[in-house]
Amino acid sequence: MASFIRDPKDFLSGLMFLGFGGTAIFLGQDYEVGRAIRMGPGYFPLLLSGLLCLVGAACVIRSLTRPGEPIAGLAFKPLMLVVVSTLVFGLLLRNAGMLAALAASILLSSLASSKFSLKAAALTIVLLSAFCYLVFLKALGLPIPLIGPWLGG
Amino acid sequence: MDVFADIGLGVQTALSLHNLLYCLLGVFLGTAIGVLPGLGPIATIAMLLPVTFGLDATASLIMLAGIYYGAQYGGSTTAILVNLPGESSSVVTALDGYQMARKGRAGAALATAAIGSFVAGTIATVIIALFAPPLAEVALKFGPAEYFSLMVLGLVASVVLAHGSLLKAIGMILLGLLVSTIGTDVNSGSQRYTFDIPEMADGISFVVIAMGMFGLGEIIRELEHESTRSVLMTKVTGLMPTKEDLKRIVGPIMRGTALGSLLGILPGGGAMLASFSAYSLEKKISKNGAEFGKGAIEGVAAPESANNAGAQTSFIPMLTLGIPSNPVMALMIGAMIIQGIQPGPSVMTEQPALFWGMIVSMWVGNVFLIILNLPMIGLWVKMISIPYRVLYPIILAFCGIGVFSVNNSTFDVYLMALFGVMGYVFSKLECEPAPMLMAYVLGSMMEEYLRRALLLSRGDAMVFLERPISLTMLLLAAAALAMVLMPAIRNKREQAFAEEE
Repeated sequence: MASFIRDPKDFLSGLMFLGFGGTAIFLGQDYEVGRAIRMGPGYFPLLLSGLLCLVGAACVIRSLTRPGEPIAGLAFKPLMLVVVSTLVFGLLLRNAGMLAALAASILLSSLASSKFSLKAAALTIVLLSAFCYLVFLKALGLPIPLIGPWLGG
Repeated sequence: MDVFADIGLGVQTALSLHNLLYCLLGVFLGTAIGVLPGLGPIATIAMLLPVTFGLDATASLIMLAGIYYGAQYGGSTTAILVNLPGESSSVVTALDGYQMARKGRAGAALATAAIGSFVAGTIATVIIALFAPPLAEVALKFGPAEYFSLMVLGLVASVVLAHGSLLKAIGMILLGLLVSTIGTDVNSGSQRYTFDIPEMADGISFVVIAMGMFGLGEIIRELEHESTRSVLMTKVTGLMPTKEDLKRIVGPIMRGTALGSLLGILPGGGAMLASFSAYSLEKKISKNGAEFGKGAIEGVAAPESANNAGAQTSFIPMLTLGIPSNPVMALMIGAMIIQGIQPGPSVMTEQPALFWGMIVSMWVGNVFLIILNLPMIGLWVKMISIPYRVLYPIILAFCGIGVFSVNNSTFDVYLMALFGVMGYVFSKLECEPAPMLMAYVLGSMMEEYLRRALLLSRGDAMVFLERPISLTMLLLAAAALAMVLMPAIRNKREQAFAEEE
């Protein structure tokens, strides 16, 4: 990161706030703002995103004057695997059924651990599937197919 | 006095077999999940929320309250036995509790925690019964301007007492409020920030945000430090504290309860602040001050009583004003809204059975805690020893099923993944996710009160300063902010938080 930034965490937080605030203003430009006495749908969001941009700017300015610690690196492997396993779970749940969704997501997320063991993952899949079948499908009656249409269920 | 009739109604409600059962189930599940290292009360409640949606409002809130103090107590068990505090409020319990366990006095430490929690819980329940009704009555007179200012005060106070950068916390609050505007605007019916996605029309469910940021985000963070985890289990023997122990813990329990009850009511206070303050107070005034940190039983009794008292009295602003004083209460308010109850002072008059039933059930829950915990300690020890690499895929799966079941929506599962990433990035940037969640829960109410206040005042923003109660709250908020910004207090605050880590 450039040397004039003395607190990278503040700097990036500021940019993030500016980004969220700016995006909200941009997306909300068609919402009717109205006046204080009769607020339109755009009034409160505009107020908030405006303030958020101010806070963001203040963060950025502060990051140039006050020193801080560098940002520790992102743990990409757990991040990606946790996210991907959640997305896969969502994708499979309705289409391929609960069993497939559980198996795939547990296998994927287990890989994120440095102490991954296939045996433990397999055991977890079997036990958890039985538990979820009994609790969520039998007892609570959630509308999730056990085996979904993709697998001919 | 009416109080007796009200409490009578509460006893009747709480002691019905149906509600007793859910209270027990809540305490049991809360403890079972709370003892798992790395799972605090927020994550536990977020994970178990969907389980309660099928119940009626009273039973579901009773169960959630049970989950909360179960999780709280479970966290202390873990802190004592393996020195892995699952939540910030049991960090201090670990200091002396774990030392006691290493000296072979784990049983006495656990019993002290249970007794302290029980006494504190009992007293705090009485405090709630005494103070909640008058407060609710005052609050019933509040107009929209007062409410808006009260929410501003609540959010500001939560930031002042929380740790980390004030500026970034304010940013997170604004972000939370902004996220709450997503969905259909109630007044005009127009869609805001929905990207024409039908699932976004009702806004984002707060379960998605809570589970994403506190469930998934937490898992990613834990995995990052995976190698540093060590589980050193101590054997539990000799559950009963000796007479000498009992004598030593009476004072700390009483002082802890008093301090905890007081701090619990403050916005932003709650369990964590309570246990830290009680521990430092006890360390200062105790005869055995030198023993602190080396296994002093007072060092377990005081913070454990304080955090339980604080956990319970934090229900007062939640039940009477509809203002969450900490993220757990934000989850409770979210649960109330999902159950179709508008949180606020009218809950007490419109839903007396729910209100009083919940208060009495807190005491019942504390009885369950003590009955459940001491004999079942063997089971909890087994749960603690489950390695994290087995645990987190299961937590993930439960989060997935839980979030899906709220609206039977796959879209929510994807959205949860997004909030998980956001939660992780926030933590990397040291932006606390808790104020964002609280702001999110209050967001739609705040907008509505702002709108109404300005409508009544014909668009004059001075209304917030002209009405005395509203002005007082805004002045308090400003004073709180000013205090943090003053260099002397700022240093003290940083010191206080540095001690915690």
